[in-house]
Amino acid sequence: MSNLMAGKRGLIMGLANDKSLAWGIAKQLAAHGAELAFTYQGEALAKRVKPLAEQLGSDFTFECDVSEMSALDRAFDTLKERWDTIDFVVHAIGFSDKNELRGKYVDTSLDNFLMTMNISAYSLVAVAQRAAKMMPSGGSIVTLTYYGAEKVIPHYNVMGVAKAALETSVQYLANDLGPQNIRVNALSAGPIKTLAASGIGDFRYILKWNELNSPLRRNVTIDDVGGSGLYLLSDLSSGVTGETHHVDAGYHVVGMKQEDAPDIALD
Amino acid sequence: MSDTADRVQKIVVEHLGVESDKVTQEASFIDDLGADSLDIVELVMAFEEEFGVEIPDDAAEKITTVGDATKYIEEHKG
Repeated sequence: MSNLMAGKRGLIMGLANDKSLAWGIAKQLAAHGAELAFTYQGEALAKRVKPLAEQLGSDFTFECDVSEMSALDRAFDTLKERWDTIDFVVHAIGFSDKNELRGKYVDTSLDNFLMTMNISAYSLVAVAQRAAKMMPSGGSIVTLTYYGAEKVIPHYNVMGVAKAALETSVQYLANDLGPQNIRVNALSAGPIKTLAASGIGDFRYILKWNELNSPLRRNVTIDDVGGSGLYLLSDLSSGVTGETHHVDAGYHVVGMKQEDAPDIALD
Repeated sequence: MSDTADRVQKIVVEHLGVESDKVTQEASFIDDLGADSLDIVELVMAFEEEFGVEIPDDAAEKITTVGDATKYIEEHKG
């Protein structure tokens, strides 16, 4: 295997377990020689993240609650204590009240709208502000989004609106940070059964629909996402910024049900 | 022990890293086996994968013991 990330180090934010998209990306980065640090939020996630980090040869894990600017400052201070500079950040963070990830968007409450926007969209801006200061000779920032930002997906609701804000933030951040040779891109992954996805209503139906109707006639895996993450975080994509790159077996180009796909009903 | 109960026990032992003799049908995931709320979600995902069943949220909320999980899976697996 080539060493696309040799000599590069960076921060993975939002790893939860070995089903996480962030884990698919982190494995690829480590296999290509990157040095990794990980943040987690709370003890329940700490006990999951630490052994995973260890598997990739990292003992550099620390707490970060992205909704608190002072907590973010502390996390980046911790990062700086060990590393003067970083080359990349993976932002794999989103959150919403799961009671609003079923039913209708029209019923979204103000409190949950603001919290979802804060944690799922603004946090990228807050992270980019701090990470950019540690990237004196450029870098790459990747966030994770979903097609529900572009088109209506049942039950994705306020998370779709937050992901739209996130994707637009990617464009503005790419423009602001471009002169410093810092690239900012998003990976729009097809549906994958992760801890986060377990909060979305009728998720099994969404998975089945994508499998039957995507051009590749399959769902994507965290390894598919990992390969694309490696591309966006390495110099292979040195001319790419402001992009939302779909890793969805091509689903986003499809306009209607495939003729060979059976009609499927909710269970 | 039924085949389902055996497989449920194996998943719980692997996931929670507990001794198999503690994983009785009466054992409570949280009170007896030290699971946290994320463990419960992960266990439900693991059961769904192993047995090809769907365990919706309202059913998952009622599963508090190993026996509850075994019973739900026996009743719903295809």
